[in-house]
Amino acid sequence: MTSKLSRRQFLKVSGGLVAAPAALAAGTAQAATGEVGRTTLPYKPKAVAKASQLKDNAPVTFTFPDEASPCALVKMSRPVPGGVGPNGDIVAYSTLCTHMGCPVSYDAGTRTFRCGCHYSVFDAELAGQMVCGQATENLPQITLRYDEKSGAVTAVAVDGLIYGRQSNVL
Amino acid sequence: MSRKDRVALPPVRAQRSSMTCHFCIVGCGYHVYKWPENDEGGRAPNQNALGLDFRKQLPPLAATMTAAMTNVVTDSDGKRYNIMVVPDKACVVNQGLSSTRGGKMASYMYAPEGLGKERLARPRLYTGDQWIDTTWDKALAIYCGVAKKVLDKEGPNGLAFNCFDHGGAGGGFENTWGTGKLMFTALKTPLVRIHNRPAYNSECHATRDMGIGELNNAYEDAEVADCIVSIGANSYETQTNYFLAHWLPNLQGATVEKKKKWFPGEAAEAGRIVFIDPRRTPTVSICETVAKDRMLHLEIEPGSDIALFNGLFTHVIEQGWIDKDFIAKHTAGFEETAKANRLSFEETSRITGVPVAKLRQAAEWAYKPKAGGKAKRTMHGYEKGIIWGNDNYLIQSALVDLVLATRNVGRRGTGVVRMGGHQEGYTRPPYAGDKLIFVDQEIIQGRGRTLTMWGCNSFQTTLNAEEYRQVVLRRSNIVKEAMTKARGATIEQIIDTIADAVLNKGGLFVTLIDLYPTMVMDAAHLALPAAHPGEMNLTSMNGERRMRLSEKFMEPPGVAKPDCIIAADIANTLKAMYAKEGKADMAKRFEGFEWRTEEDAFNDGFRRAGQPGAGPIDSQGGDTGHLATYALLRKAGNNGVQLPVKEVKGDKLVGTEMLYTDNKFSTKDGKAKFLPSTWPGLPKPVADQKAKYKFFVNNGRVNEVWQTGYHNRYDPHVRERYPMTIIELNPDDARALAVEPGDIVEVYNDFGSSYAMAYPDASIKKGHTFMQFGGYNGIVGDAVTSWTDRNIIPYYKGTWADIRKIGGGGHYRKIASFKSRRYQT
Repeated sequence: MTSKLSRRQFLKVSGGLVAAPAALAAGTAQAATGEVGRTTLPYKPKAVAKASQLKDNAPVTFTFPDEASPCALVKMSRPVPGGVGPNGDIVAYSTLCTHMGCPVSYDAGTRTFRCGCHYSVFDAELAGQMVCGQATENLPQITLRYDEKSGAVTAVAVDGLIYGRQSNVL
Repeated sequence: MSRKDRVALPPVRAQRSSMTCHFCIVGCGYHVYKWPENDEGGRAPNQNALGLDFRKQLPPLAATMTAAMTNVVTDSDGKRYNIMVVPDKACVVNQGLSSTRGGKMASYMYAPEGLGKERLARPRLYTGDQWIDTTWDKALAIYCGVAKKVLDKEGPNGLAFNCFDHGGAGGGFENTWGTGKLMFTALKTPLVRIHNRPAYNSECHATRDMGIGELNNAYEDAEVADCIVSIGANSYETQTNYFLAHWLPNLQGATVEKKKKWFPGEAAEAGRIVFIDPRRTPTVSICETVAKDRMLHLEIEPGSDIALFNGLFTHVIEQGWIDKDFIAKHTAGFEETAKANRLSFEETSRITGVPVAKLRQAAEWAYKPKAGGKAKRTMHGYEKGIIWGNDNYLIQSALVDLVLATRNVGRRGTGVVRMGGHQEGYTRPPYAGDKLIFVDQEIIQGRGRTLTMWGCNSFQTTLNAEEYRQVVLRRSNIVKEAMTKARGATIEQIIDTIADAVLNKGGLFVTLIDLYPTMVMDAAHLALPAAHPGEMNLTSMNGERRMRLSEKFMEPPGVAKPDCIIAADIANTLKAMYAKEGKADMAKRFEGFEWRTEEDAFNDGFRRAGQPGAGPIDSQGGDTGHLATYALLRKAGNNGVQLPVKEVKGDKLVGTEMLYTDNKFSTKDGKAKFLPSTWPGLPKPVADQKAKYKFFVNNGRVNEVWQTGYHNRYDPHVRERYPMTIIELNPDDARALAVEPGDIVEVYNDFGSSYAMAYPDASIKKGHTFMQFGGYNGIVGDAVTSWTDRNIIPYYKGTWADIRKIGGGGHYRKIASFKSRRYQT
């Protein structure tokens, strides 16, 4: 958790910078992987929702960092770790279980993501922490950026390795 | 620092070796890949050793490969290597599945800045006020010097050992042999207890007395059983991939074709499951999801198992659902037991709290003949709920009586088996005593001069633990104070100082031999660093007697050594000491430890059992262990061989899938024995706690934490999940106590008090609690009574205590989830 917070703080001060190299590399992600001088992956920011249009506790699906990686965004109606937006309550996660890649589904009753293959449960209100299960990693949390002027919520990075990849950027 | 978002792939040329999981009984097969740090495989399938195409997203279930499955280790030559430890798809045990425990083996391998960085790497000596690193020579001189003084003055009875006797990490056939040979034929001490119980005894005396070894079927039998009766076991959390890969497919109907093939002419349908447990476990909740109409949960009153089995036993006799021919030909004692155990369903229901209709339903599912009149094939799997239950001996007797009457042993699809905790790996000379000794009580009463805590941690796991710790610490301190005064002392003077403190002043000289500086360090004077699988070659067997060789692929940290080699070093040091004194007879006792490697220890023990001139050896490999060479086991890989080995065909070991298929049981006359087991009620010390205190305190493992958390406490993924020992309790009870999730509570009774983090869950009945076992910050054993059964087996699972709030859990609520651990809430 401390690690999560420090990363959020980092993004707060450098959010603009994160976007810049990726914008330059738009459409040429492969070339950027080999770019000298980077220690982060060249994620291409993607607008995924408008904060004003989100309903509490109703997941919105999207893909990030590419179409093969399903994700879900949820507005939790109370501030949660990694949350953005006016109330700090919008979070998003990869929806491939980190154990073996089965799709996790959102359970609105418990506000958890649950995997029907081997019964892992991840807490959507606590940075994807595994509540119980066979994964060795929590659910990868999508790092989000919120633009106060436009209300746009943008996915900018992924915290944790997405299932079935050597690297989050293919 | 963020979580990892990429990993290095093993190149095609990476070294690959076999590794059986270090942890639970199931022993999942894994592959270890090792390659130079600066090398990496490519994403194309022909560029990496996994043969997978990482240029695109892998589909679900294609692989299990996470950042936790990787690490960078340093070999003794100073070179750094990537390692990746991933589950083996071709292993028949786990079929490519990994658990949250085994999936982290790579992370737990030693790296100077890794999760295992706290490992003991060199021997350490407590000088009276501080720990200092020392050499093996000096450590052995002190350890053996003190042991010799005790031996010479009082004989072996003063040398106490709390020692592992199992497989997996901190065990293995090599290490149980090395330690056993040291304790029982060299030192000849009877003051030895096993890692998890206070005497040198079995957890399965009754079933063995009845002629049935406790691991008598194969994991495949669970796939083809008509019904599984799961007793005091929580298999999703404690035998994970046995449950996921072998039980669930049966409940889901995926093995019906296999049943038809194996048992032609018998009715075949999806399996059913009956849980016997006072607690709605996470396993129960998963089965409610998977097979709601095919599962039953008998939520018995704590400690009432004997009555339940006796009720079912009586019922199957009344219904005629017993195998009279089998009983007549292959068993003894049926009539007498039928009389002694007689209990009506009404009475059973009154004692167990299970409605008669549910009892009847369970009996029909498990024992009523199938359509066409063929007997059901029902497997009974039990674990700590009854092993640590209300009279271990009687519960097991009552269960096996029921199993024998219905002949649910020795037929495929049946079996009466313990589910197991850790893996097995027992090969030792016979115990050196002539009677069972309650070793904890001996220590508490001031007996024993030295205590070696070897690969176990009684401070966190024993019964009546608070008193035990207090006494060990007090007696240890007598030695510490003496050592503090021995400034500038030579080794001989240090030995004299310690010997005087233990022989004349009531002190206790405590040595820890382990992977980590555990809580036992609080009392220890000497700590010796041990190795675990991967750092040594190590053989173990799992719950279906499947033996595998985990291959060494890296060096242990610093100068750490395998336990068997430490045992040999101790023996050889004592041999030299006695030889120097000219005491040839004593020196001779310490002969036979000329082992250079762990394979030497394996060949000396496991492979000599039953061989001419070897002397008596109790071995789970039996008399055919000699057939299993390291070379053949290496070839057998993660599928190994099921013990006992029958023969070697070419370069293949042929084993035994199921025991007792010939109806010849492990008794002198080959007949299985019924044992009368009348329901006795609760033992008095436990009943007293129940009368006085409000909450039943059940306890057990939670999925993510292995045993005492010796690795997990350094793993942020686990530590943030469970920052403190949890106690699950009913939300209404929590409200009445003004306890919120995450609050710290005290759990206390006449025997002691402990602390835990409150975790309300509606699945827990009112008046019941479930506390995590073996915790390093909250020890349930502090409140467990000192009562044991006739074989000194404790009733760990049954105590009653009161609970009060100690402090707020604001911090814990921020870092740990308090949502239900059940899949279905």
